[in-house]
Amino acid sequence: MSLGSVPLKYKISIDRDQCMKCMRCVDNCSYGVYRIEDDKILIDSRKCTACHRCISMCPRDAINLKERPVDYRSHPLWTVEAREDVINQARTGKIILAGMGNSVDYPIIFDRLLLDACQVTNPSIDPLREPMELRTYIGKKPSKLEFTKNNGDIDLKTKLSPNLKLDTPIMIGHMSYGAISLPAQLSIAKAVAKTGTFMGTGEGGMHEAIYPYQDHSIVQIASGRFGVDIDYLERGAAIEIKVGQGAKPGIGGHLPGEKVCADVSCTRMIPLGSDAISPAPHHDIYSIEDLAQLVRSLKEATNWEKPVFVKIAAVHNVAAIAAGIAKSSADAVVIDGFKGGTGAAPKVFRDNVGIPIEAAIAAVDQKLNDQGIRNEVSIIASGGIRNSGDLAKSIALGADAIYIGTAALIALGCRVCGNCYRGLCPWGIATQRPELVSRIDSDVGAENVANLIHGWTLELSELMGAAGLNSIESLRGNRERLRGYMLDQGLLDVLQIESMGA
Amino acid sequence: MAEPLVIDVKGMHYSPLNKMIREAVASGVKEIVLNNVLGQRFIGNGVRGDAKITINGVPGGDLGMFMSGPECEVFGNAEHAPGNTMDRGSLIIHGSAGDAVAHSMRGGKVFVEGNIGYRGGIHMKEYEGKRPILAIGGTSHAFLGEYMAGGIILVLGIGHEPAVEDRGIGSGIHGGEIVIRGDVDDKLLGVGAKKVEFTDDDLVRLSPLIEEFCGRFDIDPTPFLDTNYSRIIPASARPFAGKYTWE
Repeated sequence: MSLGSVPLKYKISIDRDQCMKCMRCVDNCSYGVYRIEDDKILIDSRKCTACHRCISMCPRDAINLKERPVDYRSHPLWTVEAREDVINQARTGKIILAGMGNSVDYPIIFDRLLLDACQVTNPSIDPLREPMELRTYIGKKPSKLEFTKNNGDIDLKTKLSPNLKLDTPIMIGHMSYGAISLPAQLSIAKAVAKTGTFMGTGEGGMHEAIYPYQDHSIVQIASGRFGVDIDYLERGAAIEIKVGQGAKPGIGGHLPGEKVCADVSCTRMIPLGSDAISPAPHHDIYSIEDLAQLVRSLKEATNWEKPVFVKIAAVHNVAAIAAGIAKSSADAVVIDGFKGGTGAAPKVFRDNVGIPIEAAIAAVDQKLNDQGIRNEVSIIASGGIRNSGDLAKSIALGADAIYIGTAALIALGCRVCGNCYRGLCPWGIATQRPELVSRIDSDVGAENVANLIHGWTLELSELMGAAGLNSIESLRGNRERLRGYMLDQGLLDVLQIESMGA
Repeated sequence: MAEPLVIDVKGMHYSPLNKMIREAVASGVKEIVLNNVLGQRFIGNGVRGDAKITINGVPGGDLGMFMSGPECEVFGNAEHAPGNTMDRGSLIIHGSAGDAVAHSMRGGKVFVEGNIGYRGGIHMKEYEGKRPILAIGGTSHAFLGEYMAGGIILVLGIGHEPAVEDRGIGSGIHGGEIVIRGDVDDKLLGVGAKKVEFTDDDLVRLSPLIEEFCGRFDIDPTPFLDTNYSRIIPASARPFAGKYTWE
């Protein structure tokens, strides 16, 4: 028996009095919601993804969008989504694929953490008047420094490991060319060069358009080893081994053949139109010893001149795993929380596997401190960091720096519609179609992304100044400056913070 | 012809050794001989150029990883993942090798006279003129050519009847081909792999490779030029297509 159709997700309507039939909505919608018949704009709401491209381009604010215009009988357990997923799988018998990050309404720990400020007993600092030190070094720090005296001169005897120098603790995480368009990646590259920070290339090689910004890039080596050769490794300012991703811990990635166009094929070094399959594990890493071997292999290949990061998804045993990574010669551990974004992930993974970044940062920082190896690796946190408040809290929990992904894409136009995997992104971000890709001007995009980084950096300075701190080192791991807002004792213990009022 | 650079690596750590090799190749040395090699990892790692490196002994893991050009000839066995993510050049191993031989290799040749461990040729891939080759004189353990995306794996199975007895051959293969002497039991094929007829044209096409391999190890190629092989290729170039539905 036919299951019929499910109700519309979104209902689009046009205020016909306002509409001047400029046709911008028709031209801009890549999902085919609008068409013209007999000089009238007709609407097929079923095709709408709520990407807001038409709304943002309408000069008369004539378009209205309503989510879930049809009510179901409300039920606390059998939510609309639960029912519709069952219907989908009853029809197809397949794995449900979803875009963007975790969409389950889990409590957001960041929103239950409160930052501190000074009152009376110690003065707050005005960042306008006093320098705020946000410079951040990512990489190994020596456990002690040795000097030699030489006729009154003092020379450093300890050999320092290579570090990345960041002007602000905000980096942009790995989104590959292939997953996102070249103008989107180029916007990000220009933005990080402008703001003195770094971006990840993702697994997919480096397009030659990015070469001028390679000193601001972290090249990624993932289980598919796409686009990886010695030239690629030498180009990056640092190298990152991707073991896992917060949005889909424990599984690999598949770039569908449709997205492998000529340029993507050349950058990834795979045939046109073939699926790019990244297996779940790296098949030369089956143990922590094997990981150490890959870290050292990358260092050998690049003459021990580049920091090597290891990125893992935040999973239950994240602290012990990070401690293993810290002992592997790696220079930084990247922890990606379960709210991290993705172009496509099986929904059941995206919504159910892993732990939030807040708990993972605290657990890893504490474990490394307990083992006396916190100086061996920097901690880079990512996965659902939305604003400078989340940034400040991440650092206070113990992170050295953060990666943002979704926030940077929103700065390029993304409205988090979550249809990235369809390759039709009307904002020209998650697509390779020339007519859509050309919607991003990388100079304008770079300006927007740089503005975002700049704005957060200013806010971070203000938050630190208010707390009487003038250097990022004084905020890092300073959990005394955090309080929990209605968090349970178990989580307060993990985060190693007190309750508000305490 | 210039004298080869001979290094006695007994007791030496891999890092200074590799530094010496890299500097020598960069300065134009064409031939390097390493004696008393015992477990030094990453030999030839990321080295560019056309040098020849002779390795007397047993090198450690990741021999020739990211290598782009040189030839390493090993008189001994090799460890874990020789030819890992190798780009160009060749590894000639007069012995056996461990697991993940030629892992993600994208170009060049890996010849192993003896046997290899598990996951040989896993995720080898090709692009345009670059077509990696893994040839094995002996046999292979399970998951040969897993996730293979391009290139050729040849198994002669000398002294082994059948040539390969372990399962999971070509699991998830979506490009390239695996050629094994004699018949391969269907139950040894991995998910996504299929066996097709090995034609006379295939033999003509692969004869130069068989002859080159045998030539490097002083093996008489005649019996291998007049025998049957099994050819294993992807059942589909899109093994994961059809597994997903949209939200």
